[in-house]
Amino acid sequence: MPYIMFLGQWGINHLRQLGKAGLLLAGVLFHRPRIRRGFPLIVQQVYSEGVLSLSVIIVASLFIGMVLALQGYHTLSKFGASQELGPLVALSVSRELGPVVTAILFAGRAGSAVTAEIGLMKATEQLSSMEMMAVDPLRRVISPRFWGGFISMPLLTLIFNATAIYGSYLVGVKWLGVDGGIFWANMQSSVEFHADILNGVIKSMIFGIAVIWIAVFQGYFAVPTSAGIASATTRSVVYASLAILGLDFILTAMMIGSW
Amino acid sequence: MLSQRFIESMVGLFILLAIISLSILAFKVSGLTTLFPEKNYTVTAAFDEIAGLKPRAPVKIGGVQIGEVSSITLDRMTFKAIVKLAILSQYNDIPDDSSAGIFTAGLLGDNYIAITPMYSKNFLHEGSQIEMTRSAMVLEKLIGQLIYKLGNSSNTSNDNGESNAKK
Repeated sequence: MPYIMFLGQWGINHLRQLGKAGLLLAGVLFHRPRIRRGFPLIVQQVYSEGVLSLSVIIVASLFIGMVLALQGYHTLSKFGASQELGPLVALSVSRELGPVVTAILFAGRAGSAVTAEIGLMKATEQLSSMEMMAVDPLRRVISPRFWGGFISMPLLTLIFNATAIYGSYLVGVKWLGVDGGIFWANMQSSVEFHADILNGVIKSMIFGIAVIWIAVFQGYFAVPTSAGIASATTRSVVYASLAILGLDFILTAMMIGSW
Repeated sequence: MLSQRFIESMVGLFILLAIISLSILAFKVSGLTTLFPEKNYTVTAAFDEIAGLKPRAPVKIGGVQIGEVSSITLDRMTFKAIVKLAILSQYNDIPDDSSAGIFTAGLLGDNYIAITPMYSKNFLHEGSQIEMTRSAMVLEKLIGQLIYKLGNSSNTSNDNGESNAKK
């Protein structure tokens, strides 16, 4: 009997958390936007979440593209199909690797920072003092961070895709000696703009919402102690990564009809 | 504390970089040309068998691409495949008694349509139909015929081969 009670408690707790997260998201989405005062805050967040993640994204994507070309070339050349290197890299990057790896790096680089920042604001009672000054922390703190992440993610994914494909071009064409014209021509004939690249961008938008939502929620409802902030930051990254991989499966299953 | 100006210009650069990446992905990687469609005209051709032909497959004369397959439908009366070919307008002097055939690039490659020009003084134009068509070779059928012939030439009749050929 106590085990069943424990299970029930666990279930209720998690449902309550989900409800809180949903209310938080609704609060962010459905308040009246104030363009004049809200816009600079969002720009600031795009800077700290997007621009500062750029170095990580570019380095990671360059190496991922290069290693894909290396691995792909060695397997494809066994079948005498090394001219298909371009489609291999472009399709795997634009459909899967681009959105997923960008989102996971984004969760580690920006999501954790957002969680820690909001958690510390809560621990040092900045949030409650804002409320005392009749400033809604949801508008002043949470909403700009959410929109900043939502805007940055697709942009980062686009940059990731382009750099990864350029990295594979460097290895495949300049080093391993695949013909450059064939590399691009085969890529162009098998990659479609709507089905592959735009679907990748749609994926990255959904991942962006998931990552930044989890980050903001974990920060806002963190236990206001140093240990609480530490565990909230860990949970933010872990939950976000798992959510990305799960969502990726669902989205791929939904999109695979058009391939 | 960074100034708002600096932050805004960095964000501007970031967005610019993303737009450049998008245009690289669009034009260099996916070869998007539908934004600026080239002028073309449509002719139709009816085939008995199109095998693996797909929309956007190339249409060639002498190996040079002159257009692409725009749609494939089934004629409900004759049960032939009606293939619409979008041919670039600059190639407006193809004789109208030319024949069209479906070929395969390499042994296992994709199908394409090759047009063999003839000698008529009238040219193909919007809406005209190519009368002479040659169906695609289906590898399984060819193998079936080969086995049937082999079975006939040597008088020991090969049951397996004959049943294949009748299919």
